[in-house]
Amino acid sequence: MQGSLASEMLMVGHSQAHAEHPDHRVFGILMFLVAEGCLFLGLFMAYLAYSLTAPIWPPEGTPERELLLPGINTVILLSSSFVIHKAGSAIKADDVKGLRLWFALTALMGAIFLAGQLYEYSNLEFGLTTNLFASTFYVLTGFHGLHVLAGLLFILAVLWRSFKPGHYSAQHHFGVEAAEIYWHFVDGVWVVLFILLYLL
Amino acid sequence: MTQLQDHPRLAVAPKVELELPAEPWWRFFTFSTDHKVIGIQYLVTTFFFYLVGGALATAVRAELATPEADFLGFERYNGAFTLHATIMIFLWIVPALTGGFGNYLVPLMIGARDMAFPKLNAVAFWLVPPSGILLLASLFIEAPAAGWTSYPPLSLISGKVGEELWILSILLAGTSSILAAVNFITTILKMRMPGMKMEDMPLFCWAMLAASVLTLIATPVLAGALILLSFDLLAGTAFFNPSGGGDPVVYQHMFWFYSHPAVYIMILPVFGMISEILPVHARKPIFAYKAIAYSSLAICFLGLIVWAHHMFTSGTPDWMRVFFMIATMAIAVPTGIKVFSWLATLWGGKIHFRSAMLFGLGFVSMFVIGGLSGIILASVPLDIHVHDTYFVVAHLHYVLFGGSVFGIYAGIYHWFPKMTGRMLNEFWGRVHFVLTFVGFNICFLPMHKLGLMGMPRRVAQYDPQFADLNWISSVGAFMLALSTLPFLVNAIYSWVAGPKAGDNPWQALTLEWTTSSPPPHHNFYGDPILLTGPYDYGLHSKETLDYFAAQLQTLRELALAEAEPTSS
Ligand code: HEM
Ligand SMILES: [Cu+2]
Repeated sequence: MQGSLASEMLMVGHSQAHAEHPDHRVFGILMFLVAEGCLFLGLFMAYLAYSLTAPIWPPEGTPERELLLPGINTVILLSSSFVIHKAGSAIKADDVKGLRLWFALTALMGAIFLAGQLYEYSNLEFGLTTNLFASTFYVLTGFHGLHVLAGLLFILAVLWRSFKPGHYSAQHHFGVEAAEIYWHFVDGVWVVLFILLYLL
Repeated sequence: MTQLQDHPRLAVAPKVELELPAEPWWRFFTFSTDHKVIGIQYLVTTFFFYLVGGALATAVRAELATPEADFLGFERYNGAFTLHATIMIFLWIVPALTGGFGNYLVPLMIGARDMAFPKLNAVAFWLVPPSGILLLASLFIEAPAAGWTSYPPLSLISGKVGEELWILSILLAGTSSILAAVNFITTILKMRMPGMKMEDMPLFCWAMLAASVLTLIATPVLAGALILLSFDLLAGTAFFNPSGGGDPVVYQHMFWFYSHPAVYIMILPVFGMISEILPVHARKPIFAYKAIAYSSLAICFLGLIVWAHHMFTSGTPDWMRVFFMIATMAIAVPTGIKVFSWLATLWGGKIHFRSAMLFGLGFVSMFVIGGLSGIILASVPLDIHVHDTYFVVAHLHYVLFGGSVFGIYAGIYHWFPKMTGRMLNEFWGRVHFVLTFVGFNICFLPMHKLGLMGMPRRVAQYDPQFADLNWISSVGAFMLALSTLPFLVNAIYSWVAGPKAGDNPWQALTLEWTTSSPPPHHNFYGDPILLTGPYDYGLHSKETLDYFAAQLQTLRELALAEAEPTSS
């Protein structure tokens, strides 16, 4: 089939031997996020199964949830997606200072989100085992919170590295890109969570 | 072997076999990032688990040889069948096929130097031993006893420690599979050698792609279910506990959303290996390449939408049962396409009945039986009758043992020369095959009848009317246990002292056979070249093949000459 190709290849073959490998890490991160997405999707489906088959949802006696604080939190997290995107554009223009600025801001917003969530937990009138809704609420938001925390640490690590001279440049900034993609993902998950847990 | 020399036109390997010096043996005990080392690490580790799982199976059958629970006793019996099934699925078949063969073969077959993410690959492997250690430790602490399906509420009351060990072990194994899947998908889509299009890939790579997509999508959902189960077990929530308002059926949906695709994760790579092995040993091009390739993708898609056929008796509403029944039966179509393509490949071929081929043919025939009992189970009225009986046990062993395990053995006999550079002994290979084939059928064929008679699964004690068939089945099981011995001795002896294999003992055409056995660190001498299509058996003239061989020879000499100064 490819016999004719063979002799051509023989000739080009040798020169390519030491060419640099293309970088597939961004693709790899995307694949990994497909898996993460399926994990959240599975949990969302379980939640929907509970909420749609229950006669009353949330079950009777579940205390009202306050919307103001989680609402503010949502706005903060969503805006941080735009902020981190600025960081990505900055490094593409070789602007390391801009990168640091926007990453620091994103980290701050992420930290505020987490603090807000902890504050909300401490003021809620139900606990993990109060009823089925309470359990799903804590497990879903807690699991998402862990992802925010992981993203935050990731961002801080990239920030730390950006102080090494020449570590990130317009051509080489996989860490920045990965952190940004991951952060967008965590945001996207929150939007669905917010709708499921607070609005529906 | 003499017949092979009658076919000089099939030789593509260089005539003089030049090799780099062998790498040290202790590389197998390191955090190596070489996909070939990792592949062999997987195969050897998982084979060890297979032996443990097999010992447990033998204990289970010893208990069932008589109607009374007089060997293990009830409690230990529950632990034994739970651990047997868990080990076989999560620590043997899944990691051996994807981690073992997938790792070893995919980069070689697509002409890549390694996997896309070699370090991630090593991490994925090194998650397997801890997973196994947790599971084996449970044998000495408290064995999980709720079956490999671990359905709540049973799993919530059958022993906290054992159950949690089971969950942690599966979470580790699952993480390992997911990381491996990320690696396979990226490698297959992005790392093919220049000039190799998707449709030039060997069929094994298509099968690995489909299996990896399933792993990537389905495994996380199982992880989600197990995390929730852990909360129920340890934190007092009631996700799956009806007494606290939860719903055990939600667990079943999440569990089977993984575990049905998992059966395809455990069979697609075997389909792929069989599509490699049959053409080589029948000396004929594969029949209907595209049909086999795309039917893997069709199975991948359909496999994701049939899970509730395991839940026909779980109070599933009628409309859902009908949907899942039809979808399940539809899978028989792409599966049938493969089976008929294999038969057409064999038809009129010049078949060499070597051990690899014997296991390959054993696979085709046994898998068909398992597929047929699968269709019976897929039909709601019949399944209501035989659900949770030995009929299900018979079905799953025909697909998992007759299918996956036969396939793994076929793969080992076929690629052992490539992996180790030495030939396995043919005579003992055939002894191994006959013992396995006969033992397997004696053990599992009677289970169909037992199931139809109404014998329930997962019991240590049963009605005396089932005694005779059970006794026969246990005899078959002991024969199976025995059949492993000739293989073990053969494999160990041949690895050390078998005759040298040379580059291409089977005169095969896929890329892994154009390099030395075992291949050098970065797989190829110089750059790999596509001389022929993967299944062009009998399509090239002698002159062309001689010309190819000469090209390879020159290329290798060049590459070795270049390597010399640095390696000495
Ligand atoms: C034509 C293809 C197949 C069909 C139609 C089919 C159908 C089914 C059905 C309906 C059941 C549920 C029986 C019950 O619980 O009452 C079942 C069980 C099972 N099947 Fe298949 N199957 C097929 C192929 C496979 C393959 C390829 C494998 C694995 C390699 C497999 C492994 C299993 C296992 C492990 C179980 C038992 C699960 C348990 O522990 O309950 N099947 N099959
Ligand atoms: Cu199934």
